[in-house]
Amino acid sequence: MAERRDDAPDKAREEFFSEASELVDGFGRHLLALEESVESGHGPDPETLNDIFRGVHTLKGLSGLFGAATLSGLSHELENLLDDLRLGRIPLSTAVLDLLFDAVELYGRILSALKGEQAEPREEVLTLLASLAAVSNERSGNVAFIAEYELAPETLGVLTEYEEHRLRSNLQAGLALYRLKAKFPLATIDSALEELKLRVRPVGEIITYLPTGDGGDLDAIDLEILVASRSAAAELRQAVDSDAVLVEEVKKRDLSQARTPPAPRVSERTDDSAIDLPDGRETPSPPAADEDEPPHVSMHPAPQVHEAAVMPAAAAGRDISLRSVTQTVRVDIRKLDRLMNALGELSLVRGALLRYAEKLRSEPATRRLGMDLLGVHRAFERQLAQMQSGILEVRMVPLGQVFDKLARIVRQVSREQNKSVHFVVTGGETEIDKLIVEELSDPLLHMIRNAIDHGIEPIPERAAAGKPDTGTVALNAYQQGNHVVIEVEDDGRGIDPHAVLHKAVTMGLVSMEDAKSFSLEEAVSLVFMQGFSTRDTATAMSGRGIGMDIVKTRIAKLGGLVDIVSEVQIGTKITLTLPVTLAIVGVLTFVVEATVYCMPLSSMEEAVVFDAALVREVDGREVMTHRGVTLPVVRLARLFSEPPAPQRATKQFLIVARVGTRRLGMVVDRLIEQQDVVIKALGRTLGHVRGFAGATDLGDQRVALILDVPSLIEECLTAAEGRRANDASLAFRFGEGS
Amino acid sequence: MEDSASTRSFIRAILEGVPEGVLAGCTVQEATSGFDAMRLLPRGPYDLVLTDINMPDINGLEVIQFVRKSPHHKDTPLVIISTQTSERDIARALALGATAYLRKPFVPEELVATLERVLVPKGGAAPHG
Repeated sequence: MAERRDDAPDKAREEFFSEASELVDGFGRHLLALEESVESGHGPDPETLNDIFRGVHTLKGLSGLFGAATLSGLSHELENLLDDLRLGRIPLSTAVLDLLFDAVELYGRILSALKGEQAEPREEVLTLLASLAAVSNERSGNVAFIAEYELAPETLGVLTEYEEHRLRSNLQAGLALYRLKAKFPLATIDSALEELKLRVRPVGEIITYLPTGDGGDLDAIDLEILVASRSAAAELRQAVDSDAVLVEEVKKRDLSQARTPPAPRVSERTDDSAIDLPDGRETPSPPAADEDEPPHVSMHPAPQVHEAAVMPAAAAGRDISLRSVTQTVRVDIRKLDRLMNALGELSLVRGALLRYAEKLRSEPATRRLGMDLLGVHRAFERQLAQMQSGILEVRMVPLGQVFDKLARIVRQVSREQNKSVHFVVTGGETEIDKLIVEELSDPLLHMIRNAIDHGIEPIPERAAAGKPDTGTVALNAYQQGNHVVIEVEDDGRGIDPHAVLHKAVTMGLVSMEDAKSFSLEEAVSLVFMQGFSTRDTATAMSGRGIGMDIVKTRIAKLGGLVDIVSEVQIGTKITLTLPVTLAIVGVLTFVVEATVYCMPLSSMEEAVVFDAALVREVDGREVMTHRGVTLPVVRLARLFSEPPAPQRATKQFLIVARVGTRRLGMVVDRLIEQQDVVIKALGRTLGHVRGFAGATDLGDQRVALILDVPSLIEECLTAAEGRRANDASLAFRFGEGS
Repeated sequence: MEDSASTRSFIRAILEGVPEGVLAGCTVQEATSGFDAMRLLPRGPYDLVLTDINMPDINGLEVIQFVRKSPHHKDTPLVIISTQTSERDIARALALGATAYLRKPFVPEELVATLERVLVPKGGAAPHG
């Protein structure tokens, strides 16, 4: 990247990327809102347009600072277009909207190019720039400009942007402009104005009220009221019906004379503007488009000169602070991880403190001291818990961040496929760990693409099936206990279990023998098997990159579970069940064969005394009836030991684990306690071992493994191949000192 | 001046609660609209004017122009408080003679700091307005 300024410190660069990405995301989000407002027939929402404009403006400034020339150039052109849009100079057509969506995509690619992740999309940028320029040139020729009217700079200079926009819109729509002048006694001005408003409203729109005079009169005030109206002056006068109010039409300037008003009085300044005017154009010096002027002056595009002329310049030389007052900070998630780790260490200190306190309390001589120390310990523990939840809260971000991007994909894919798709999103406000959000975007992207590509039928096929032309893809998220559930549902053609089975057998993924024992639901789940693809010729979209097996692996890595339900002709629903956070978990510690393990509380339903007499065998697997439901049971001692330890006579316990809709009973030797632990990764040597999500330090120098419940359930319940629980991957013995 | 009653009382509470510095012991007078301001302004000396930009009828920019034209107040510090996010309007307000700008939402410290900054260069006399 020749344009990357390599001397920019890393930290600043990171902030630049993070802020730039936020701006681009915001751009995309606003565009969707804009499209919606256009499609619903309301026309573009001026505020949204303005937000987009400002975002791009900021991005331009940022990229300028970081020497990202492409980014800055693109932003500059976009800014001009957006300015034209927001000030109503050009209409927001579908073509323009498409260009803006393209720009969002390109922004993303340029940013990742700047990070060195991919080549810069130079050609696409040039194409887009050319299209942007073409649109700007299409500006309608008969636009009425405010400056063509005989309005004093003093009047124009105090219009807010919105008022100016209303004024321009009205003039463009061909309405006439009137100036109402009246003197109002200050004591009764409110009621007098209300009455005037009531009279004027039916025939026109009041643009603004401008107080004139210098406040020298303590009892009355002179007002100038600008009104745009379709009516003739006489009609307006009749409507106003008051001799005290003078109604006069604001005429267009005689164009044979100077075409622009004198520069506003307030624009006197001594140096270049301290404030960058948002449209990026220079504030004009008093323009002179006189015939006598040298030709280069009159070559200024007249509309621009007019537009700019109504803007007073920023006052320079004054002691002004435009410091933006912001109340958010951006933090690298790794810093939060470090904080979290430090918190883990503090928990160890807390554990030691507790042990010493207990010890002191147990000795009669130091009992008092021990009690006091226990009190200190409790206070410490409370603060720790607060810190922990505080840090966790900071890590949480709304899923909407990812969903917005997906909405753009839906738009793009359905266009490419010529399918009509209604994308419904609910639960975007559901919060989840930032790290999980980042890992989610690829799998979700793929699921959504699949839904449109394979699920939603082409319009003729839908029509033939008696379905509405427009298909629906619904994305729904909600929190369920310590989990976040995300559902992707479509009303497409569904997955045919027989076709899936056939395919799996043909591909040699499943033997003919096994195939016969599959239930229909199990057959549908085969789409998650590695190497499975439902189409011989993968389309440009879903065929690229990752398949459903990767979706499943990615989700499993996050400690989540994927479920699929599909009905032919009705549609498909894929459900992701994810933990809310990766960083910290509440666990139940328990003992199996003298080793301590942890079970995440989020994955367990209950723990009860185990009654071995209730266990029976079905198809070579142990099950028991628990609370009226058949529950598969696995003896962890057998699972973790090689060879299996002899069954004990002593009392054992049953932990009922549950992820999504699947449950599994696990038999353990002894329950210890509930506590919060910080999960640490297993590291390279043990990372490949399935069945464990990580390890943790229990605070008394003991390390304990944390069960990966989704993968355990997966292992133990995989019905099809009747894979035994003593699967090699789990037959790793974790004894003391391993 | 400010058309939202809750914002007005919020600002009043902050300003009247300042324990020390130029703002300590200040008196706050509220105007609920531009017209209200027109009524009040010509009647007394004020040490500082605080106004919103987006208000019904007379907007903040018009207020600034009015204040600056008035012989009483051509040098009175004038601070804009507004959710108005348009940079063009900020630029315009400053061009018209506003002294400083504060974006909503703000925390009390920001308001106090901004006002103290614009008040101090004026000789540091305790304001009565």
